[in-house]
Amino acid sequence: MAEPDAAIVRIRDLVKDYRRGAEVVRGLDGLSIDIARGDFVALMGPSGSGKSTLLNLIGGLDRPTSGSLEVDGLRVDALGGAALARWRADHVGFIFQMYNLLPVLTAQANVELPLLLKDLSREQRAQRVAAALKLVGLENRAKHRPRELSGGQEQRVGIARAIVTDPTLLLCDEPTGDLDRKSGDEILELLQALNREYGKTIIMVTHDPHAAERAHRVIHLDKGMLRDEAA
Amino acid sequence: MIVQYLPLLAASLRRKRLRTFFTIASIVVAFLLFGLAQAMRSALESGVEVAGADRLVTMHKVSFTQLLPASYGSRIRGVDGVVAVAPQTWFGAWFSDPRNQIPAFPTEPETFLKIYPEYVIPAAQRSAWVADRTGIMIGRAVADSFGWKPGDRVPLKSEIWRHKDGSDTWEVTVRAVFDLPAGGDTRNILLHQDYFEESKAFAKGLIGWYVVKVRSAEEAPAVARRIDALFANSPAETKTSSERAMAQSFVNQIGNVGAILNAIVSAVFFTMLLVTANTMAQSVRERTSEIGVLKTLGFGDGAVLGLVLAESLLITVIGGVLGMAGAWWMSVKLEPLLSQYLPGFRVPQVAVLTATAFMLLLGLVAGAAPALQAMRLKIVEALRRE
Repeated sequence: MAEPDAAIVRIRDLVKDYRRGAEVVRGLDGLSIDIARGDFVALMGPSGSGKSTLLNLIGGLDRPTSGSLEVDGLRVDALGGAALARWRADHVGFIFQMYNLLPVLTAQANVELPLLLKDLSREQRAQRVAAALKLVGLENRAKHRPRELSGGQEQRVGIARAIVTDPTLLLCDEPTGDLDRKSGDEILELLQALNREYGKTIIMVTHDPHAAERAHRVIHLDKGMLRDEAA
Repeated sequence: MIVQYLPLLAASLRRKRLRTFFTIASIVVAFLLFGLAQAMRSALESGVEVAGADRLVTMHKVSFTQLLPASYGSRIRGVDGVVAVAPQTWFGAWFSDPRNQIPAFPTEPETFLKIYPEYVIPAAQRSAWVADRTGIMIGRAVADSFGWKPGDRVPLKSEIWRHKDGSDTWEVTVRAVFDLPAGGDTRNILLHQDYFEESKAFAKGLIGWYVVKVRSAEEAPAVARRIDALFANSPAETKTSSERAMAQSFVNQIGNVGAILNAIVSAVFFTMLLVTANTMAQSVRERTSEIGVLKTLGFGDGAVLGLVLAESLLITVIGGVLGMAGAWWMSVKLEPLLSQYLPGFRVPQVAVLTATAFMLLLGLVAGAAPALQAMRLKIVEALRRE
């Protein structure tokens, strides 16, 4: 069992190169960061600074060119395709800017999606879905499809889907970027509550300084490198 | 495990309801056509299926329309391996209206019944037919079709054979009605060879062909060669083949039905393959970002591949089952109407199994390319394509 304040994410000399035609573009340039268990970190920086790239690498959506990336003691960068997919299912919850709910499924079915990969009975899945929807305050919207929900409600469904498997990490890519201020604040309060009351480690990419204020720690990236950070 | 994905698959099909409907409808039509084609093939080949392996047919080498000397019968009977020989001739019968064509053959009743033990006839009727030279034995389909029963006097017409009094009408009496095991053709009439020979106005001493029962099916090829060797270099050389081959050659008179049906069905299925593959490719292209989301949530490459293939299979299986059910229903409704011309017009069991294999194959092949495309999608690129 790791120490409560020990680094859950340990990144060393992380490099990510992209190929654009004949040109090689460096997305991350030798980044080294530790993120503590139970922390709420905001990643900020201008467009192209590498913050989304970093989030994708931490979540195992992409592979680094070099360097090491350890999450909860496991070298994520060394995992193969199938093992990486299983690891994501078990340890990572993603929250997207555009919610990315499946439009043909109800809120309930959307939240249930990650549980289809688990060895759970229908009743167990239903219980967990109900609990997650209750936590985000949408228990009475379970049968609604995404188009019948407001943007804020859609994002709450997205959060319920991210937390329903009780993941180690919550990775948020501009979670309030498509919302008005009021809905955005509600989402940020929900994230804060998940961090404070359930001890979830949250890493959030944002352009919005107002959103970043909710985090315990703000990491500024520029040109794929750590520019500065503030508590 | 698969069951829990069904709501996800069903939801995918509901995404573009109209497109799904038309794709499934076209598959329904394809399998309906397949089922009905197989029912027709089964009806046409029903005689072939029941033809005995231990029975041979000796006919004129040129064509079965050329006649053979009646004296050949006793010579064939003397060939090693031959158990019984019965003559038959195409009578060209019709009743009431020339459109009511009935396959009818004069033969020697006792020998015929010995050669065809599968004919089911009440003992009294059997004796009555054998005893009455102007008596006929009719199949159940003929009896049902014209409402004939034992004892009825019937004026049969022949489009070929004239009675020696110059008339084309042959007054005969129904003496027996036969049944056959499932798939057997009961549209036939059998007359007495003696009566036919004695009463016909021409071609005396000539018959159409001989049905030969051999000691065992294994000996049949050798016996056939021996019979043909017996009449080699004679004015009427013979060609002896299995009864099955002869039945098949009758079917082939209207062309190679099997090949024609196969060609049509193959063209239809190939078109269906393209239609279904196009539907799946469009569906996957439209859902690129959703597939990215599924992968983000932890669905592995194999799971994504399986989901797309399962969706493709669901489309072809729904369409295929509905199409085959429609074909079965139509064959049940059409069978009584077609009983005179196409007895046994039913979707055969083997066609259901073949159709099931086609459904699975069609689903897998049509879904393969889109499924591989979905499987290979990189998450980051997929999520970028909103």
